[in-house]
Amino acid sequence: MLSAVIIISLLGIGMGILLGFAARYFAVEGNPLEAEIEEMLPGSQCGQCGFPGCGPAATAVANGEAPITLCPPGGKALAESLASKLGVSVDLSDMEDSVPRIAHIHEHLCIGCTKCFKRCPTDAILGSSKQIHAVFADACTGCEKCFDECPTECIEMRPIQPTLQTWYWPMPEKAA
Amino acid sequence: MAGIANMRLFRIRGGVHPEDHKRLSAEQDIENLPMPTLLHIPLQQHIGVPAEPLVRRGQVVRKGQILARSQGMISAPVHAPTSGRIMGVGGYPAHHSSGLLVRTITLRPDGYDEWDDDCEGVAEPFALSPEEIAQQVAEAGIVGMGGATFPSAVKLNLHKRYRLDTLVINGAECEPYLTCDDRLMRERPENVRDGVLLMARALGVKQILFAIENNKPEAQSAMIKAVEGYPELQVVGLPTRYPMGSEKHLVQTLIGKETPARGLTADIGVVVHNIATAAAVNDALRHGRPLLSRVVTVSGGAIRQPRNLHVLIGTPLDDLVKYCGGFYDQPARLISGGPMMGQPVPSLRVPVVKGSNGLLALSEEEVQSREQMPCIRCASCVKACPCGLFPLSMAAHIRAGSLEASVELGLLDCIACGSCSYVCPSHIPLVQYFNYAKGELAARQRTQHKQRETKRLAEARTARMEAIKKAKREAMAKRKKEMAEKKARETAAQEATAAASSTDKQPKEEAQA
Repeated sequence: MLSAVIIISLLGIGMGILLGFAARYFAVEGNPLEAEIEEMLPGSQCGQCGFPGCGPAATAVANGEAPITLCPPGGKALAESLASKLGVSVDLSDMEDSVPRIAHIHEHLCIGCTKCFKRCPTDAILGSSKQIHAVFADACTGCEKCFDECPTECIEMRPIQPTLQTWYWPMPEKAA
Repeated sequence: MAGIANMRLFRIRGGVHPEDHKRLSAEQDIENLPMPTLLHIPLQQHIGVPAEPLVRRGQVVRKGQILARSQGMISAPVHAPTSGRIMGVGGYPAHHSSGLLVRTITLRPDGYDEWDDDCEGVAEPFALSPEEIAQQVAEAGIVGMGGATFPSAVKLNLHKRYRLDTLVINGAECEPYLTCDDRLMRERPENVRDGVLLMARALGVKQILFAIENNKPEAQSAMIKAVEGYPELQVVGLPTRYPMGSEKHLVQTLIGKETPARGLTADIGVVVHNIATAAAVNDALRHGRPLLSRVVTVSGGAIRQPRNLHVLIGTPLDDLVKYCGGFYDQPARLISGGPMMGQPVPSLRVPVVKGSNGLLALSEEEVQSREQMPCIRCASCVKACPCGLFPLSMAAHIRAGSLEASVELGLLDCIACGSCSYVCPSHIPLVQYFNYAKGELAARQRTQHKQRETKRLAEARTARMEAIKKAKREAMAKRKKEMAEKKARETAAQEATAAASSTDKQPKEEAQA
């Protein structure tokens, strides 16, 4: 009886010490999932999700505080890969409506102030002082930073127009 | 007299036997369509990069003159189908189900049909080297005319990267209704033959198989007559079954080897070209004529007089319908291409392009649109699929939104032949699901690619900004240091002068005193 009590107590104490050491020396700084999710996000810090950048957004997704469909530049592809990463099911039907938009500069209004291209996180705007600026559609993530910046309101966010290469048939209607 | 080559053919799985409806137009000679009042020539009539226009509004061009040059490796130039004046370069509805506007050159024919002086043929095209043949085919803007519209010159250059031994000429024309290839083989067999021999020379292959389905005996006998005295060219009769004209299935039927998944037939040493492409190659090399026109079958139950028309590229479809006597009544469906794989035409305003082999106006009873019912898992589609896929499961996954699962079942090996939709007793639009899923997957891949690229850009920018900041900081620190040094020097100098002046003053003061 006594020996059993002693053995159990010693075991308890030993394990406790081990756990204490493990907690101190094998501690992980932050959630490793956050880093992995941040790696998957576009990294342009555009803030379209409502978070101040991709880092905080990744934290929120990892903690389940934000939906995995939060990233408009990432689109459905990102939502699906996040779903498989986190092992959750995803409803992509919410994303149908949000057509990605990109910036377009109305050249007759542009005064060449260079404010927009200084703000662009992906260097998608080309221009220099007192020259008309232009947007590289392929590099624009639609973060709207330039949109807020332009003093003459010459930037318009336009939905991306389909071309013959990118157009495809919609899903057939389901049987009743 | 030589006959059909006595060749062992290999069976392919699946396929369907739709009623062919070819007799509607099979006995109609190829007729030249009268000159249209306006031609709309799109800059993209091929797979690859659109051509870049070389003409301006108001410019006068002559027949065969280059209008737009090819851009990059996979592209094709566009030429003026007749002489006339350029009315403009701008957006016009595309020959595509989407009806999107594409860059199009509009030409008003002057009616003289004068050839450009540069369009001169080669007297002895067989003396050209393989590279020269491929070069001239590229300059003539020839693309695969069976409907895929892949630039032909790129295919003729495959011998540089693959070991090729066989050229297969696709005269299967397995789509119902279409008879343009049939008529071309019957009426111009020598042109087709010479084009085939030129392509074989460019590819450097020894064996040429000329495959024609057995439902075209006249075309077969015309070609057999034309190839007499050319032992390397064999005419092969194919069993009549859809989709016999699919490149990979055609090759498998003929030589018994299966093309690797998502590979090319060149991987097993075979190149396939369409017979209309062969005729175009002959025209380009022997007569110096770029690809300016093609034969189009206008057929279907709603058309008054089904015909085979020789049409200039850019002719509005409306002109074709009018020449064929118009419609009996409003067609239930207008289709470009065959009824199995063809795509609906957005309007009759759109022009004929290099890849359009047919215009079908189908009546209500031909379309037989019936209400879609739930899948009863009868597996008819599995039996019909020529690629050995499970259409019912793939469609179920796509409907549930899990595209990845359908890819695992082989979605990307689907050739969209439509056999599954054709046999489905519940009238489920299976192939439409697959077309949607392929498009959606491609769109996601594009998004992912863009995301990777923008991420790289964003990181590069951050790094650059950091570097600039650092450089600024360092410059500031350096300047500060310099300033401090300067100040120290100045103060030292001041002190020195002050000390000197004080020593100067002292004697004066002393003197005054």
